[in-house]
Amino acid sequence: MNALVLLVPLALLLGLLGLAGFLWALRTRQYEDLDGAASRILFDDDETRHTKERNT
Amino acid sequence: MTALGATTPAPVAQSTPMGSCLHCGTPSAERFCCAGCEAAHALVRGLGLDAFYRRATAAAGALRPDPTPPVPLAPYATAAPDGAWQLDLMLAGLSCGACVWLVEQALAAEPDVVRARAALTTRRLSLAWRGPCERAEDFAQLLARLGFRAVPFSPPCIAAADDAETRAITRALGIAAFGAMNVMLVSVAVWVGTDMGEATRAAMHWLAALIGLPTIAVAGLPFYRKAWASVRARRANMDVAISIAVLATAAMSLSEALRNGPYTWFDGATSLLALLLAGRLLDRTARARAGRSVAELLALQQASVRRLAADGTLHEGPADSLAVGERLLLAAGERLPLDAVVESDSALFDVSALTGESLPQPIARGMPVGAGAVNMGAATVVRVARATRDGSLAAMARMLEAATEARGRFAGIADAASRIYVPAVLFVSLATFALWWLLVGADWREALVPAVAALIITCPCGLAIAVPAVQAVSVGAMFRRGLLVTSATALERIATCDHVVLDKTGTLTEGRPQLLPGAWTDQQLREAAGLAQASRHPLARALAAACPDAPAALSAIELPGRGIIAGEARLGSAAFAGGIAEAGDGTAICYAAPGMAPVRFAFADTLRADAAATIEALRRLGLSVELLSGDQPPAVAAIADALGIADWTAAATPEAKAARVLALQRQGRRVLMVGDGINDAPALALAQAGAAPESGTDLARTTADVVLRRGGLAGLVETIRLARRAQMLARQNIAFSLGYNVLAVPLAIAGLVTPLIAAMVMASSSLAVTLNALRAGRAR
Repeated sequence: MNALVLLVPLALLLGLLGLAGFLWALRTRQYEDLDGAASRILFDDDETRHTKERNT
Repeated sequence: MTALGATTPAPVAQSTPMGSCLHCGTPSAERFCCAGCEAAHALVRGLGLDAFYRRATAAAGALRPDPTPPVPLAPYATAAPDGAWQLDLMLAGLSCGACVWLVEQALAAEPDVVRARAALTTRRLSLAWRGPCERAEDFAQLLARLGFRAVPFSPPCIAAADDAETRAITRALGIAAFGAMNVMLVSVAVWVGTDMGEATRAAMHWLAALIGLPTIAVAGLPFYRKAWASVRARRANMDVAISIAVLATAAMSLSEALRNGPYTWFDGATSLLALLLAGRLLDRTARARAGRSVAELLALQQASVRRLAADGTLHEGPADSLAVGERLLLAAGERLPLDAVVESDSALFDVSALTGESLPQPIARGMPVGAGAVNMGAATVVRVARATRDGSLAAMARMLEAATEARGRFAGIADAASRIYVPAVLFVSLATFALWWLLVGADWREALVPAVAALIITCPCGLAIAVPAVQAVSVGAMFRRGLLVTSATALERIATCDHVVLDKTGTLTEGRPQLLPGAWTDQQLREAAGLAQASRHPLARALAAACPDAPAALSAIELPGRGIIAGEARLGSAAFAGGIAEAGDGTAICYAAPGMAPVRFAFADTLRADAAATIEALRRLGLSVELLSGDQPPAVAAIADALGIADWTAAATPEAKAARVLALQRQGRRVLMVGDGINDAPALALAQAGAAPESGTDLARTTADVVLRRGGLAGLVETIRLARRAQMLARQNIAFSLGYNVLAVPLAIAGLVTPLIAAMVMASSSLAVTLNALRAGRAR
């Protein structure tokens, strides 16, 4: 019982963190271009040409 | 920088046995399939981006530069607060991750570009730059040379890309999935913890309530809203059943927690929500993809106009910005975007989109022309008669909205099932409660448990997923075949149609002039086609299309309104080229060269190659076929005769077409209307279902339920087949879910159902109907 008092809130807290991350990703529209994101991860030379890119 | 995008691709001389074009990948004996690809390849290499070719996975030919000149983009740019210009573009041809990389890198290499970010799903490019607004045209040219056509990201595109409801459902799904998994954590402990103490069990119940109640309150909102709207309209649909089941389960679980009963049912309610939301999301994303494709087609056709100022200068801009009385210059082959009056001395307009007449109509000075007519003659000056928003197109669009709304009230098979299902389930549930409370003499709170168990175990889950799952799979399968379904009830409406009404011009026929056989040699055709490549006149383009591999005549000069001249050779009207004038010369051009008699190329709108086979296939599917055209009787009779259609009407106005469709439906026929013109739009909206070919007008495509993007008319047969298959699978799924209920309800009434059994029943029935739905994607 003592273990539960600690572990259950801890489990919930971690779950809530995951949920908050999901809601944040949704709000910042990271699910809008899943196909693009899948291939974007393979671009390996962002730093050379995209240095002046700014996300507004 | 300008010339390359504007010329028709010509074969390249040098030859290496490579097999396919180095740029676009189409099979080609040369290194490049056309001059456009060669230039694009040189540009990519010049920018140091050749890594693109190692990564590109686009379909062969997708990257071939489009010879259509780019539309002016500068008027669409908006100024950001920080002084930069911003522009959102739709990029046709953006089809793989490497394309995204190429576009972003090529634009980032421009010194004044601040931001260039392309999205593959929506084909949207967000661009920001500092400096003059006109730089937009340079960027468009750069993209065109790389093989991507850029057009403004139009309102329909924005509507298709920014779907608030899909985001709301995704958010609800995330919350429901989180809630369901955490409640399950607690519930499993209660299910297996038979030696659990009373106090621990109470704590577990309250913990489940703490997670479950907020989840049910928030994640269920998409269902509660629709259910409430449906209750207010005094109709029962699936959302009502879901809402009642979820809320009743929550209430019963709360009462069980209060009296510390053996089980709470929060797990059932939350996982029910999660499963249903997942089904809804799949259904929506499948249709959203088709919707985006339709919006892209519209955006690509969105024309800009050339305004003729009082001092004779030309200004390009969007059609919405024009006021009444302003003058426009309409080039050959251009579509008139609004109602206007002809100012030039004579003009030749193709009004087939408005009336269905296949022959171009001469229009005298001062006569009105409706929006949607295509200029078939020389460049013409017209004066705006009505602005875009109160012109004939806008009036038609408003009328169609009302007609399409009526179609939205179509009651599908799921609605029909829930109309019986909802009252039946409520009755069973109340009867169970009465049985336990009054007859068995249980406490009312104990009696609540089997009553609600009956509610939840009758599987609104399987039943609610039964139809959306089939829809999602079918719409996805059709999308891959180039059939774009945008409406939620379209498949069901198409499946039950028993009568097809076909338009002639542009639907059964190609809708554009085709070269007829005549007294000319292949060599003459090649030479003439080479000349024709220099012009955008519709007949010249048809001639060029008839001999696509003809080498372009480099010295060709177009004399607007008369013809094309290259050295001694002339191509144009009979008077210009020295040929013999014949009747119906609006659809013929003459070619004259030294040392030969002038030859005459005649054109006509010909039947689509698959028209006859399609009519035959439709008949075999048990549909009766009718031809309804606005064209003159002889032309319609000839087509009807060629296809063996006994039932035909000619010279039908748009009103007459709509009236005919309504009359048929009053007789109890279920009409599938197929048409492409503005004149078909009312009939498309009023029919039980409508389909339009890709080449159709904007209005027809937005009104139709299905846009046949590939496969021509044969796609229509495929659509009906797949829709019927979907309907059959949906029926099977509903029958299966109802059958499951018949087995499960007695258990619930007897009070034998525990949350574990309910969860198993729910999951297994959902899985079964989903697996069955997957069969919808398989061909034949």
